[in-house]
Amino acid sequence: MTEKKLPLRASLAASVSRTAAALSRATGRGDGSVIGGKIGMMIDPDLLAHLAEGRRIALVSGTNGKTTTTRFTAAAVGVLGDVATNSFGANMPTGHTSALARAGATPYAVLEVDEHYLAQVLKATHPLVVALLNLSRDQLDRAKEVAMMAQLWRDALAAHPDVHVVGNADDPMVVYAAAAHAATAGTGGVTWFSAGQRWREDAHVCPACGAHIERDETDEDAWRCANGDLTRPAPQWTVDENAVVDPDGIRHEVKLQLPGKVNVGNAATALAVAHHFGVSPADAAPKLGEVASVAGRYAQVDRDGRNIRLLLAKNPASWLEAFDMAEQQPTLLSINARDPDGFDTSWLFDVDFAPLHGRQVLITGDRAFDLAVRLQVNDVPFTHVKTFEEAVAAVPPGRLEVIANYTAFQDIRAELDRVV
Amino acid sequence: MSSALQIVWVYPDLLSTYGDRGNMLILAHRAKARGIPVETVEVRSDQALPEGDIYLIGGGEDGPQALAAQRLNADRGLHRAVDRRAVVFAVCAGYQLLGNSFFAKGAKCDGLGLVDLHSDRGETRAVGELAGDIDPELGLPMLTGFENHGGRTHLGPGVKPLARVRAGIGNDGVGEGVWAGTVIGTYSHGPALSRNPALADLLLRWATGEENLAAADDTWHTRLRSERLGAAGLV
Ligand SMILES: [Zn+2]
Repeated sequence: MTEKKLPLRASLAASVSRTAAALSRATGRGDGSVIGGKIGMMIDPDLLAHLAEGRRIALVSGTNGKTTTTRFTAAAVGVLGDVATNSFGANMPTGHTSALARAGATPYAVLEVDEHYLAQVLKATHPLVVALLNLSRDQLDRAKEVAMMAQLWRDALAAHPDVHVVGNADDPMVVYAAAAHAATAGTGGVTWFSAGQRWREDAHVCPACGAHIERDETDEDAWRCANGDLTRPAPQWTVDENAVVDPDGIRHEVKLQLPGKVNVGNAATALAVAHHFGVSPADAAPKLGEVASVAGRYAQVDRDGRNIRLLLAKNPASWLEAFDMAEQQPTLLSINARDPDGFDTSWLFDVDFAPLHGRQVLITGDRAFDLAVRLQVNDVPFTHVKTFEEAVAAVPPGRLEVIANYTAFQDIRAELDRVV
Repeated sequence: MSSALQIVWVYPDLLSTYGDRGNMLILAHRAKARGIPVETVEVRSDQALPEGDIYLIGGGEDGPQALAAQRLNADRGLHRAVDRRAVVFAVCAGYQLLGNSFFAKGAKCDGLGLVDLHSDRGETRAVGELAGDIDPELGLPMLTGFENHGGRTHLGPGVKPLARVRAGIGNDGVGEGVWAGTVIGTYSHGPALSRNPALADLLLRWATGEENLAAADDTWHTRLRSERLGAAGLV
């Protein structure tokens, strides 16, 4: 695809969009990943569809892990050629428009999609593959209930029988969303992966019929609806320690710089998606090891003899994963409840902070007092600090793990001079 | 009945959307701090409700709320508990369940009929800080919480609201929640007791029959309360 082939209006819109994004960056108003798309779409409402035309596209959606999985998938598909991607986490249609306009003509695109926008972006971009990672509670004061999101996904897929789904067999909500698609006669179909699911509190009840989801004592990944209308499908892609096992049973060691079992799962998803583009997992796996941080997440910064590592945790499921990643070292927790975080901090009681026992724990952020009560009830001793500086001063030289929710994370990133 | 204080969390598989576990954890924590032996029981919606001292019902979305009402009406365990004056603390969707009827998925559903109230849909969704002066007879400081619901609740004659609204909507912008015997319902959702430790202690006093509980370390609860009441413009 070249931009000469774009309709005149779309071509103008793409050009204005790039200019606006560049201006936004130059004036320090932002990274340009939203404003450019907004302005472009005002000139050509179908700009995203026009920019998507002729590219082979993968979409990545889910409550957690989509930014990292998008980054891994872009790296894996990159084996074949240039990939456009929204690497700044701007995951709504304006962000997709900006990303494609900014990249110019590329044969491939890998786009992270906010779960609420999946139907819209499927329609505009006609992707080859859509990866569905998981659905769990997030931003309760405005998000849709989890089962309703699964239904929206299911309806969206019904309108696109030709898209191939790469879905998480461990999450009943994802399986419900993709089950009908797996059964339809389109050229689409589903590839299942298993990456484990630590958080299960949103999957007690079958989204299809309301019966209980039964778990197996002997096989902790197995699950089935008590009525039998939804059962865990057999996964083709699985994870074994630090290896991804492909559908032929071949192990591919992934030497990731990113910590945690959850990221090996994200790697498996990326390899499965790239495989559908024709990339062999043996070629793609080494590319994943080159990813050092994702929009500042997992970044390590040295300051005053402390090695500070940043972990983002936005909702109960991602807090459990962050505890798994963090080492037994002094840990700073920071909680805000500003607009991008959601205003409701109730979810703090959905997280069990017991894994922090035995570590030096510091807390900060706009809503540190909510966290203080939570930790007291959890019998986890802590110290409240007013600033990030104070936290750094309060711990001995060595590793400081920082776990923060969205705007708290951005605040600390800004303190550390925009770690990339 | 066992000698330990039994806290029963009703149907966490259906009604646990907003950190509702918090109320159980806070009550257990405060009981232990006073040397009161305590046991917590989580009862799934396919299990019978056991006999207990304090029953907690949390918030949830429409579908699970309607299902919980059907199962609790079939089980009758909560009805028997209220008859023998056990303590009930119900939040949000769980609060609406206590009444004669409520709306879920556009349809009127039968409630449990434990308290003379009913709920319907408001024109707007109530989302944000909620605060109010608690009925003076209960002798508690101001209620503070976060609400997130589309319902409006109407109390029958002779039924008292838990509080008079100072910020937010509550039942109808004037009254908030309900207080009837040892049953309390509130729209202050999720871990409501984290901001209202005195209310937690009231439930413990009712359940144990102790007139006075030893003082607890409320440093962080107190800071949280003043911060949130400040955010609601009430300090
Ligand atoms: Zn089922």
